[in-house]
Amino acid sequence: MSAVDLCLLTAGLLLGLGPLALLGQGRGRSSAVVYSASGLLCAVLALSGLAGLGGLGIGTSRVLPLGLPWMGAHFAFDALTAFFLVVLGFGGGIISLYAIGYGRHEHAPMRVLPFYPAFLGAMALVLLAADAFSFLLSWEVMSLLSWALVLTHHQEEDARKAGYVYLVMAGFGTMSLLLAFGLLAGPDGAYQFDAMRGTAHPPLMAVAILGLMLLGAGSKAGLAPLHVWLPLAHPAAPSHVSALMSGVMTKVALYGFIRVVFDLLGPVAWWASPVVILLGAGTAVLGILLAMMERDLKRALAYSTIENIGVIFAALGLAMAFRANGMTAAAALAFTAALFHIFNHMAFKSLLFMGAGSVLNATGLRDLDGLGGLIHRMPVTSFLVLVGAMAISALPPLNGFASEWLIFQAVLLSPDAPQAAVQMIIPAAGGLLALAAALAAACFVRIYGVGFLGRPHSEAAANAQEVDRVSLTAMALLAATCLLAGIFPGTVIDAMAPVVDAMLSGRLPVQADETWFTIIPIAESRSSYSGMLVFVFVALSASAAAWAVHRFASDRLRRAPAWDCGFPDASPLTQYSAGGFAQPIRRVYGTDLLGARETVTMPPPGDTGPARHELLVGDPSWNGIYLRLALAVTYVTTRMNRLQFLTIRRYLTLVFMSLIVLLVGLMLWR
Amino acid sequence: MILQLFVQGIQMLLVVALAPLLVGIVRRVKARLTRHRGAPLIQPYRDILRLMRKEVVLAENASWLFRVTPYMVFAGTWVAAALVPTFSTGLQFSWTADLIAIVALLGSARFFLALAGMDVGTSFGGIGSSREMMIATLAEPAMLLTVFSLALVAGSTQLSHVSAYLASPEVGLRVTLGMGLIALVIVALAENARIPVDNPSTHLELTMVHEAMVLEYSGRHLAMIELASALKLLLYVSLIGCIFFPWGIAQPGDGLARHGLALLLYVAKLAVAGTLLALFETSIAKMRVFRVPNFIGTALMLALLGALLLFVTRSV
Repeated sequence: MSAVDLCLLTAGLLLGLGPLALLGQGRGRSSAVVYSASGLLCAVLALSGLAGLGGLGIGTSRVLPLGLPWMGAHFAFDALTAFFLVVLGFGGGIISLYAIGYGRHEHAPMRVLPFYPAFLGAMALVLLAADAFSFLLSWEVMSLLSWALVLTHHQEEDARKAGYVYLVMAGFGTMSLLLAFGLLAGPDGAYQFDAMRGTAHPPLMAVAILGLMLLGAGSKAGLAPLHVWLPLAHPAAPSHVSALMSGVMTKVALYGFIRVVFDLLGPVAWWASPVVILLGAGTAVLGILLAMMERDLKRALAYSTIENIGVIFAALGLAMAFRANGMTAAAALAFTAALFHIFNHMAFKSLLFMGAGSVLNATGLRDLDGLGGLIHRMPVTSFLVLVGAMAISALPPLNGFASEWLIFQAVLLSPDAPQAAVQMIIPAAGGLLALAAALAAACFVRIYGVGFLGRPHSEAAANAQEVDRVSLTAMALLAATCLLAGIFPGTVIDAMAPVVDAMLSGRLPVQADETWFTIIPIAESRSSYSGMLVFVFVALSASAAAWAVHRFASDRLRRAPAWDCGFPDASPLTQYSAGGFAQPIRRVYGTDLLGARETVTMPPPGDTGPARHELLVGDPSWNGIYLRLALAVTYVTTRMNRLQFLTIRRYLTLVFMSLIVLLVGLMLWR
Repeated sequence: MILQLFVQGIQMLLVVALAPLLVGIVRRVKARLTRHRGAPLIQPYRDILRLMRKEVVLAENASWLFRVTPYMVFAGTWVAAALVPTFSTGLQFSWTADLIAIVALLGSARFFLALAGMDVGTSFGGIGSSREMMIATLAEPAMLLTVFSLALVAGSTQLSHVSAYLASPEVGLRVTLGMGLIALVIVALAENARIPVDNPSTHLELTMVHEAMVLEYSGRHLAMIELASALKLLLYVSLIGCIFFPWGIAQPGDGLARHGLALLLYVAKLAVAGTLLALFETSIAKMRVFRVPNFIGTALMLALLGALLLFVTRSV
């Protein structure tokens, strides 16, 4: 059986597993069975992806007699598909493992079980599709199934609103993709990917296709300002589905972008790339600032997904800029960095959403200001979440830093580009990315410090219980991935080399030969980084210092009440809250960028009533674009409503006038 | 090879040994400038040793994170400081981490310290952590942009290469380097919690940042943190020294005598830097915390302008 057949079969089984889940209705073990089966099928996908990266089964394809009658449905398996199958299979497999434990707490399992495996299957089909029709069909199935999963808790007002916004945005995104593929196919209707590769696209049309892909794939991935559905929809779903949507589905959207822009489209004019770079860097800063302002744990994580998507888009934009100038090595570096960050974000964002799910299970709370002190009550979860938080904050020696480091190295190659605009914009974008990374660290200190450290803010947090072993195992696997990918980045880079080679006909130097697992993207005199040595050095010197101090100085220790400058307060409410922690950053960045406004109402002198503090902060694009758009649509439709109450005479005139307009149009056309 | 390993070992011990001395110099000069007698130069060593021998008083609510943090912060800062060339660029492990990784390593240390500030659940710890992270969000991009403009000049982010390149006569005076120096000094002041951003010598001031974060620490834990912050100050001084004043730094090929001379020169550089820092701190007032963004923003702008200026001057 060829690789593509195996993957198709697996995807088909996943799709079929959905309806099968309905049979298990009412039986207690059905959810464990469905999740285990999904996990195993995902493992098959991941393994075939890995084999594909090793060169097995690359180039196999299959035509099924489905879809458009004169064309059939084409599926193919190449290096890019293989890489994303690894992301999907690995992420989906571990999330399914987590769901075996987590799913037991779901009070309406039949609202999740039928859709969950089918959602995984649809994502696999998107990755395998090799013609526009099956791609768009799988894409739409993926969107609708995830929409159904978002509506699992449909009794909640938030979930219903999220579902509505998501549906509108998904429809808009698919429409853009449809137009993009229409332009790609050209007048002859070459809907197969192979045929599209052969078609030449004039420069302006290539830029139009790029713009449509930014709208279509960007809206699915969460590129600003099309991101508004994401922080509503991702947290509304059950936590393992949130992990799947944030960690994996956004990557499938990125796959669509990469497939079209780097594979099918051919070269795009250089002046389009700064737009992508700035959009990405801007998205990163906006996303993480909004995450900083958010009190809801899962929604803050969703905003941080937007940040990471922005980082990836910026790296892809860099790759486009270098490719347009024929700088293959630099383009390969930026592209490798983007792929690496895609893999990393899958790992740590899934881990963090699982952690949020465990906290939600243990306390019933998503509000950071209700949590606190979990490190005592849930030690293992807290430790694993700490690893995820460090990884996403781009701290060495974990994986998030390795990919960000590669991106910065790519930024530093900008002076070799011939255009002044590229030269000037890229360092500025590098500054924005550095700002986003620093804000991410602040954001996760806030999430972890308020949510997991300190004293419990509520009864529920004080009585939290550690979650089950299965969930913890799944989280531990991802935490280990974060560490290993950070310590051995060279291995990951080498594994991704076939993809880079297939897209850009160039690759980074082989990293496996370097000593001590060092990565050297260009030349040793330019830059190098060894995650493993940094890890070993820090671990060694920390333990040596601890040992020496305990051995030669003192190891006595006494527990006593907190000092707090002499005024310890018994109430846990005196701790810093999520809003309080964010206040300095809100004052510095939020006033101008997010339009944050605070008002303090003090009671008059002598009055013992409480003072009031009000804070207005929100997503500027929601108020600035979407609400205005909605108002405009309402305005136009109310005006047009009048057309429903015309007399017969006027209707006839209307029909006659339109006929004349059409005829005149036809005349001018000829 | 053997010499490089030797130099690396000496450097690791040297930075730990000299860091408290630098703090001592700054304190001593500051005291003299304000007409105090001041503590002897070795007072910081005594303080650290005394703290190490004392019993730790741990808050009841403190978790394992709180107890691990001092060693992590110390280790992260120490590794970073050991990779910045002080008296010789021929460090055995200089390729382990480039300048970006060194900045990020310091970021890791700060991440843990800020978390430890939140761990006990007191309001002072929270105020320190939240302000420290706010300052970091400004200082880190400024630092990285400075690194960018330096890397554009030197064609490398590897510190030993940058230092060796800037020591070579072909560089000459450049406006970008001047801007980078000012930006780096501002970042160094902010990162090391010095006046005008923060005040290292007060404990009970509403504007305090770093000291509020470590308020709950005592005994050996506090000693490690004090040592780590001294190391960080030394790191920034060495960084500014090896980039902007690389005179006399020994190169890999040089002999032992040359290395000894470079070592003496490095100690002299430390003394000068400590004096200048003390002079600056006594002549300026502490800023209100929300004025700090403007101060560090200057560094950010200078670094960005420095990078852009390079392109402009090159393309003309």
